[in-house]
Amino acid sequence: MSDAITVSGLVKTFGQTRALDGLDLSVRSGEVHGFLGPNGAGKTTTIRVLLGLVRADSGSARLLGGDPWRDTATLHRRLAYVPGDVTLWPNLSGGEVIDLLGRLRGGVDRQRRDELLQRFDLDPTKKGRTYSKGNRQKVALVAALASDVELLILDEPTSGLDPLMEEVFRQVILEEQQREGRTVLLSSHILSEVETLCERVTIIREGRAVESGTLAELRHLTRTSIRAELTGPVANLAVLPGVHDLQAHNGHVSFDVDDAELNNVLKHLAEAGVRSLVSQPPTLEELFLRHYEGAK
Amino acid sequence: MTGTRKLLRLAMRLDRVRLPIWIVLLAVMPAATAAQYKKLYPTEADLDAVSGVISNPSLVAINGPLFKVTLGALTAWKIGATELILVGLMSIFTVIRHSRAEEEAGRLELIGAGVVGRRAPLTAALALAALANLAVTVFITLFLVGTGMPAGGSVAFGLAVGLTGLAFTGVAGLAAQLTETARSAHGYAFAFLGAAYVLRSLGDTGPSALSWISPIGWAMRVRAFADERWWVLALPLALAGVSVVAAYALVARRDLGAGLLRERRGPETAAAYLGSPFGLAWRLHRGILLGWLIGLAAGGATMGGAAAGISGAVIDNKQVTDMLARLGGTGGLLNAYLATVFGIIGLCVAAYTVQATLRMRAEESTGRLEAILATPAGRIRWALSHLVFALGGSALILAVTGAAAGLTYGLQIHDVGGQIPRLAGAALVQTPAVWVLTGLGAALFGLLPRFSALAWAGLIVCVVLLELGAILGLNQRIIDASPFAHVPKLPGSDFTATPMLWLLAVGAVLTVGGLAGFRRRDLVS
Repeated sequence: MSDAITVSGLVKTFGQTRALDGLDLSVRSGEVHGFLGPNGAGKTTTIRVLLGLVRADSGSARLLGGDPWRDTATLHRRLAYVPGDVTLWPNLSGGEVIDLLGRLRGGVDRQRRDELLQRFDLDPTKKGRTYSKGNRQKVALVAALASDVELLILDEPTSGLDPLMEEVFRQVILEEQQREGRTVLLSSHILSEVETLCERVTIIREGRAVESGTLAELRHLTRTSIRAELTGPVANLAVLPGVHDLQAHNGHVSFDVDDAELNNVLKHLAEAGVRSLVSQPPTLEELFLRHYEGAK
Repeated sequence: MTGTRKLLRLAMRLDRVRLPIWIVLLAVMPAATAAQYKKLYPTEADLDAVSGVISNPSLVAINGPLFKVTLGALTAWKIGATELILVGLMSIFTVIRHSRAEEEAGRLELIGAGVVGRRAPLTAALALAALANLAVTVFITLFLVGTGMPAGGSVAFGLAVGLTGLAFTGVAGLAAQLTETARSAHGYAFAFLGAAYVLRSLGDTGPSALSWISPIGWAMRVRAFADERWWVLALPLALAGVSVVAAYALVARRDLGAGLLRERRGPETAAAYLGSPFGLAWRLHRGILLGWLIGLAAGGATMGGAAAGISGAVIDNKQVTDMLARLGGTGGLLNAYLATVFGIIGLCVAAYTVQATLRMRAEESTGRLEAILATPAGRIRWALSHLVFALGGSALILAVTGAAAGLTYGLQIHDVGGQIPRLAGAALVQTPAVWVLTGLGAALFGLLPRFSALAWAGLIVCVVLLELGAILGLNQRIIDASPFAHVPKLPGSDFTATPMLWLLAVGAVLTVGGLAGFRRRDLVS
């Protein structure tokens, strides 16, 4: 499958700050790609480079087979963008903004627009200045989702949405993806959202990709959580290689184990006698925290 | 009121450059005018000769009446209207900047959640503007006394300016509470200021009651240096008090972010035109353009109507024509008057074009431009759709304003068909100079986006050079820095194409340079 976005060695500095420091990112056509990182990691800067709004100092970026800085007009016909912090024209109604942005992209599917308005429960007759943050976000989402484009670039699209609307957003994205095979680059720090929606993720920190791959691959590199009830005492569990955060109480133990050592540790548990055992793959949150805590 | 002090300190820090410039400008102009007049008209006879022409309705319409033939009164007459308008602008900008604009930007929410009373932001904004007006009063007075003017008149003039500023401070505070956006708050406050000037102008040349309902009229009727009438100073003070009380009453009632005048709903779908960068620009500019068009056309009509009074006055006094020449006109008195009016209108239209050009920067810094440029609409196409309004809009306003002056003047001399095109053409001559400021704004936007607001400084320089350049005896080379110094003084002078072409070339180079810079640069918020 070809790549919708290929970025390699991207560098962008603003004065003294190095916002992007050799970033690599590749998004395959037709996938929903999670772009994870805390505030200030460089997610928005990457997106702005991809949209041709700022120019990278060095490195290369390809978007839908074109150059994001030079080929803006042709590329932008094929993508839609939802900024992280949506600002609207104070005296334009939400409906007007949706139509304007849609027409600039080459047309609005009226039926789709009205359906989305209904699902997101958005009143299109209010003026821009009277919308709450969540409702401004919905205006941008409806405008982007109602256009017929190959690529959606969403920068923290659910910030400000209530949980009900987050759920609607997830459903819509999943449907989009199944029906149209659209590519989605989803920048986020809401991990559950990325976990439900994304096949592959890239985690960035301080302008560099620190991890990239499918969720399954990423989990593989990491730890599994074990909770077990044992029939007999187990010797020296705490000093076994790969065991972390051990807690033991009355024959109940819980700990994390590096996946590479999982087999060895389970052998030890089996020797002690296992009454019950629950193992959980690490959540994305744990993955994420490990990367950032490790950095401190 | 908790936290007012903290907010006031913050506001003072934010305005630490801006406000001192305003205060110095306002304080220096009267003293400089007085010093210059002292040199120009050393004897009683000189003063008498000049004063003869000042009773002319056209000059009364522009500057107000001269109450007595003294050096001080002549100074107050010459600089009064300018000072009063500028002090009004200073107060309006300051109050709205620190109240409604902050609230709109959401920064007050941050502060409001802290230990800050509900009334603190408004109080801090009003206090800052009041302090600025106090400084203006003190320095005007000191500088005037320093040039040898009588102390009583100096104090009266300083107080007249400062208290008028205070009245506009209150009015701006009220406007900031009535509306939901800084833009409409500015709109109401500017409309009030404009109405005050026009009412004064109509009252001074017609039914004098009109001057008595205008804060600018009150300030002039304090009669500084002409047997001062101190009690008149109570009027601006009362207006300030009433409007501040009303503003506080509104603060107590409304929610953060809301105004008293509620928003209407908008259309559910966009009209057909709203589908291109130009369509959006039309939507964003049309209200402002219409406002300026109506305001300046009304001004043009008023000034054109006053012109007829001049044709009757036969004055062949060398000194008088000299003085008018110094005001910007050459040739016959009537033509000099009209050319002066069109010069002032040219500066007003320059303010429009700066505002329209800097709209691009506003779109960028709020992040709205990002949404547009993420669509196939290209940067240059987007910028040009705004520049169409900055360039075409200013030419349109000039033509309509000139035509309006031609209509009212033509009606009185029974030559409507002849005067409309003649005066429309005379006003249009200002266009190339106005476009230089469009170019300045575009160049700053494209090359130094964070300093775009300096285009306003460019405009202020033009105003100061035109209004005061000759009177302060500035070197002609300095005066020539203003594009308006090169515009042929029409009607009356010969039309010369060369300076016009130069101005057009300068404007074009600046604009194209700005566009080229914008195409290459990063968007910055």
